[in-house]
Amino acid sequence: MAQVLVVVDATPTPESSGGAVRKASLELLTLARRLGDPVAVVFGAPEGADAPAALAEHGAAEVVMVGGADVVDHLVAPKSEVLARLVEERAPAAVLLPSSPEGKEVAGRLAVRTGSGVVTDAVDVALDGDRVVATKSVFAGSYTTRCAVTRGTPLVAVKPNTVAPEPAPAAGTVTVLTPEVSEQAKSARIVERQPKQASGRPDLAEASIVVSGGRGTDGDFSAVEALADALGGAVGASRAAVDAGWYPHSNQVGQTGKTVSPQLYLAAGISGAIQHKAGMQTSKVVVAVNKDPEAPIFEMADFGVVGDLSSILPAATEEIARRKG
Amino acid sequence: MKIAVCVKHVPDAQGDRGFRADTTTDREAVDGLLSELDEYAVEEAVRLRESGAAGDDAEVVALTIGPADARDALKKALQMGADAGVLVSDDAIHGSDAVGTSLVLAKALEKVGADLVLTGMASTDGGMGVVPAMVAERLGLPQVTYAAEVTLSGGAGGTVRIRRDGDASTETVEASLPALVSVTDQINEPRYPSFKGIMAAKKKPVEEWTLADIGVDPADVGLDAAWTAAVEAEARPPKQAGTVVTDEGDGAAKLVEFLASQRLV
Repeated sequence: MAQVLVVVDATPTPESSGGAVRKASLELLTLARRLGDPVAVVFGAPEGADAPAALAEHGAAEVVMVGGADVVDHLVAPKSEVLARLVEERAPAAVLLPSSPEGKEVAGRLAVRTGSGVVTDAVDVALDGDRVVATKSVFAGSYTTRCAVTRGTPLVAVKPNTVAPEPAPAAGTVTVLTPEVSEQAKSARIVERQPKQASGRPDLAEASIVVSGGRGTDGDFSAVEALADALGGAVGASRAAVDAGWYPHSNQVGQTGKTVSPQLYLAAGISGAIQHKAGMQTSKVVVAVNKDPEAPIFEMADFGVVGDLSSILPAATEEIARRKG
Repeated sequence: MKIAVCVKHVPDAQGDRGFRADTTTDREAVDGLLSELDEYAVEEAVRLRESGAAGDDAEVVALTIGPADARDALKKALQMGADAGVLVSDDAIHGSDAVGTSLVLAKALEKVGADLVLTGMASTDGGMGVVPAMVAERLGLPQVTYAAEVTLSGGAGGTVRIRRDGDASTETVEASLPALVSVTDQINEPRYPSFKGIMAAKKKPVEEWTLADIGVDPADVGLDAAWTAAVEAEARPPKQAGTVVTDEGDGAAKLVEFLASQRLV
């Protein structure tokens, strides 16, 4: 069977240091098995990381560990250069990448370099005859499109929470690469990195539960955070809340922030502008709490409460704690 | 220094966007406008010129691809302070995917001869966010993306330094010019065109180029040359109306009851 390259996001986050495998990567392996034999490509994982074991457990026939300063200290160009070489050597049936900002950029450069079509923000991928077809939703969720890659090696960037990762033990042979990359690919250099404080909450982009606050919080996110913690979820914010300086931009959900696709999206005090909808419309279950019964968020909510979030959220948090005993 | 800003004319997101029978975006059903995310790139370009950071001879050229209507996107950029506009328009471009679009942009940028290329982080219609990376790859330029702050030093042959805010860290990235920089909506507050800006824009030059002018073979772009093909574009059925209750002291209990029924708690 043909190989399928799976680009593993080992970028450090506040929740996982580099090397730890994120759930989204295991989902990619599960999808890759539909198309061929998964080969995991891990960028920038430190020596001694436990990545290969976790990846093998989820179906990686081979784990290619790509390290070295040439890759780690630069932006996306070296990664796409290394992947282009792997595509040439191994002629894979497809390359699956995380649909993160970086994953999309790597895919873009790789597309031009290898003469391949690319689909981003996919929520499903499968073989249709001998074509790789990806499903995505566009125009803030008003359309679902299916796109076939018709030229080159199909490059598909997939959103987190697309499938449940399924364990499927495989060989997981480890190959270590410390590639040299061209001077041109190294022309954008990371000269400084200031780590952020860890929040202890799940990563927003791949959390299965997200509780978001908007203008209706009036700047006080404590009730949103408490409910998120009770549910074991991540905290999101609308652009209005971020622009007001109430919450960091890295927590923004929407067109210009993160795209989330959790099992549960709970919007508190968020009206539901089209830009916000674009970032959360593939959520499985949507719950809204808002004082304004006319708020557009109610049109897309599976369950809505018209009322004051400052009393409803704490009461719900308390009730959840009580149920958990 | 010459700064080129790539802008896109997109259907207004407030409208009812859709597709034509050939699966390309329907650009007639809804009014078009300058993509909101490109306004930040235009604003940044104009600020770099106004502040003197781009040198005394700085010039800002707004570049777009599209049918005649796309001139409106250029007009807005000129009203905001860009010095000149270029529209690449050719019937053969219709239906191009990101790959085809990046080819046209790259060849047009070669002709513009920019020292710095600024773009938004994504369009607000296709929203793939891959075109800046593709253009940089084609032109062999360093690509410095998701800038929340841009600093220039040393003029046209100098360097660009940006700050970007990631999940785990804030990074400072540096590259030598010429380079391509994409900016986020955190970088500035785009201005509304002033009356003076609107009047001045009427006198600014806008050139219109065809594929022949930039040396692109029509066979390499358009729907038939796309490297991806839409198999299907289906309007999502309207979401079934959910339950909405009004809080009368029992809102939280009903909410948790719902979550429990969905096995979410």
